[in-house]
Amino acid sequence: MQLVLEKRAERSGTIALVSPLIAIGLTIVTMVILFAILGKNPLLALHAYFIAPLTDGYSLQEIAVKATPLVMIAIGLSLCYLANAWNIGAEGQFLIGAVAGSWIAVKTQGTDAGAWVLPAMLVLAAAAGALYALIPAICKVKFGASEILTSLMLVYVADLFLDYLVRGPWRDPHGFNFPTTAEFDPVATVPLLIEGGRLHLGSTIALLVVAAAAILLGRTIKGFEIRVVGAAPRAARFGGFNANQLIILTFAVSGALAGLAGIIEVAGPVGHLQPGISPGYGFTAIIVAFLGRLNPLGILVAGLFLALTFIGGEQAQIAMKIPLDVTKVFQGILLFYVLACDSLILYRFKLVFPNRKVVARGAG
Amino acid sequence: MRKSLLALAAGLLLAGSVSAASAADKLKVGFVYLGPIGDLGWTYQHDLGRQALVKELGDKIETTYLENVPEGPDSERAIEQLVRAGNKLIFTTSFGYMDPTLKVAKKYPNVHFEHATGYKRNPNMSTYSAKWYQGRYIQGLIAAKMSKSGVLGYIGSFPIPEVVSGINATILAAQTINPNIKVKIIWANTWFDPGKEADAAKALIDQGADVIMQHTDSPAAMQIASERGKLAFGQDSEMIQFGPKAQLTSIINNWGPYYIERVKAELAGTWKSEDTWGGLDSRMFTMAPYTNMPDDVKKMAEDAQAAITAGKLHPFKCPIVGQDGKPVECKGGAHLDDGQILGMNFYVKGIDDKLPGK
Repeated sequence: MQLVLEKRAERSGTIALVSPLIAIGLTIVTMVILFAILGKNPLLALHAYFIAPLTDGYSLQEIAVKATPLVMIAIGLSLCYLANAWNIGAEGQFLIGAVAGSWIAVKTQGTDAGAWVLPAMLVLAAAAGALYALIPAICKVKFGASEILTSLMLVYVADLFLDYLVRGPWRDPHGFNFPTTAEFDPVATVPLLIEGGRLHLGSTIALLVVAAAAILLGRTIKGFEIRVVGAAPRAARFGGFNANQLIILTFAVSGALAGLAGIIEVAGPVGHLQPGISPGYGFTAIIVAFLGRLNPLGILVAGLFLALTFIGGEQAQIAMKIPLDVTKVFQGILLFYVLACDSLILYRFKLVFPNRKVVARGAG
Repeated sequence: MRKSLLALAAGLLLAGSVSAASAADKLKVGFVYLGPIGDLGWTYQHDLGRQALVKELGDKIETTYLENVPEGPDSERAIEQLVRAGNKLIFTTSFGYMDPTLKVAKKYPNVHFEHATGYKRNPNMSTYSAKWYQGRYIQGLIAAKMSKSGVLGYIGSFPIPEVVSGINATILAAQTINPNIKVKIIWANTWFDPGKEADAAKALIDQGADVIMQHTDSPAAMQIASERGKLAFGQDSEMIQFGPKAQLTSIINNWGPYYIERVKAELAGTWKSEDTWGGLDSRMFTMAPYTNMPDDVKKMAEDAQAAITAGKLHPFKCPIVGQDGKPVECKGGAHLDDGQILGMNFYVKGIDDKLPGK
């Protein structure tokens, strides 16, 4: 008797819906075992991770703040991935956006410039992110260079460029040589939504982005084009869709969104430009995009869920002295189960009995 | 199914109330760490300090730490989470937590904060740091005696005053032994990245350096020096186990006494916002045993340590000539004053390199 994976004739719609739930269920079971091994009360630990952060306004705000850049970047990435364009460099586009927007903030510092500053910063950041993303896109279209490699390598370029600026020309003159710009003026800061909290206008922008992406993909011909080019490139060619044009377009949009997320993060929660403004948002967003199955609403949920694990992980560290590594293990296990369960959408398990002369395809 | 859900809910309620009751009468003290507690350097030493605190006052306090907290927007949240969990005294142990700590401190005036190595204070926010340049001076003397090539390798983290003053103290000391001593500097642009630190050490050795010193937090450079048969100084903690034949000495941070003192003040209700800058005399840091050197060098190091501890020797005693050849203004009389050292933004003469951003 053998257990084999057999390809389904078509995607299973039921499993596609149920699979994330199975994955979360399996994750929770694994974590309960892990907590028990660590000698922690599993119920309390799960409570600290998942329930406690949802029960007070402060934690809810923090979840929204943490999810904002993740969701914005992931939406852009999902457009790329749907069109079969592999932008891995959102982190770099995020940083370049942050740098470009900060340029206005730094140059207008202390000049009492008007209310135009912040909008200009947002626009410039989005434009810079888009231009930066166009580099790998054009290299791909013109020369056939792998966009995975070029976009990834440009992350390090952006990182070092930012580093150079805050250590050199943009360094806060009163900052004792520390690598940071001065705090941005109020006109160059993203306004808070709740007095005394940290929730800022960026979260609203992220929601608008989600809505726009949902409309684009669900209701427009462009959205249809993106999905067809990704899912059936040959059919798309016969349909007269230009795949190269779409690579350029989706890269530009995703770069713009990443750049916008970058300046919102810098002009929002951080308040100045410094190295290390992103704890890897551009890469985590790749996980968010796939966790949300490249669907705008799914991405919103996935972004909030991942943010919840960050905030909950911190509260578990505080309340139960659970090490940070467990939070990372937890995120890894979750992703592992999600991907594993997803394979059930396209495949199913089948028991094969050799004595009945069934040809076992792909068994081994 | 319903039964088990009910049981779960009841268990949670019960557990919640129990933990709230037991924690109520103890002072809660929080720590925010930059690295993992197992970095065997900076964070490890802070955690040793926390453990000393628990040993001394464990019946009156409860400590909590958050490790691996990046110096960005996440740190503000981490600090605030500790406040919201009821911590009344919070130590934030990296320079990059300065602005986030200040933001949270202004928001919660009834909670006390202690920020390591920064310069911004508030009525409820103290700062504390150590005069590591004193230890660097002793290392400079030893390095000049022990180097055959006359080239020292220095791994810097960030070109901030704390690090620049360490480089200057080293070279000023070394010049008293060998006026032609050279120092090669590599900026790792990180506090903790064993891979980068190891690469920097290799590059320095390849450039002819035979004594390696570092202002980064991991023992990676010590391991490389040990492999290549060179000498090195440890940083933050005892690193002799990574280079039994390589380590000359190490600057070992010793935060325990300070943490105990501040928590005692908090318990007694006498905590005030202060700026503490502890030298060798305060034992905020100590020197590891002088090893892998001849007796006369060891004696010289011990004498220098005794003289600095007693206040008879100041590493930045005047006259000091800057890299541009002009004498540095001497605001402290016979030596540079604390403000000049805390804001040090220049290289002294003899450093054949350019300060980044100058």
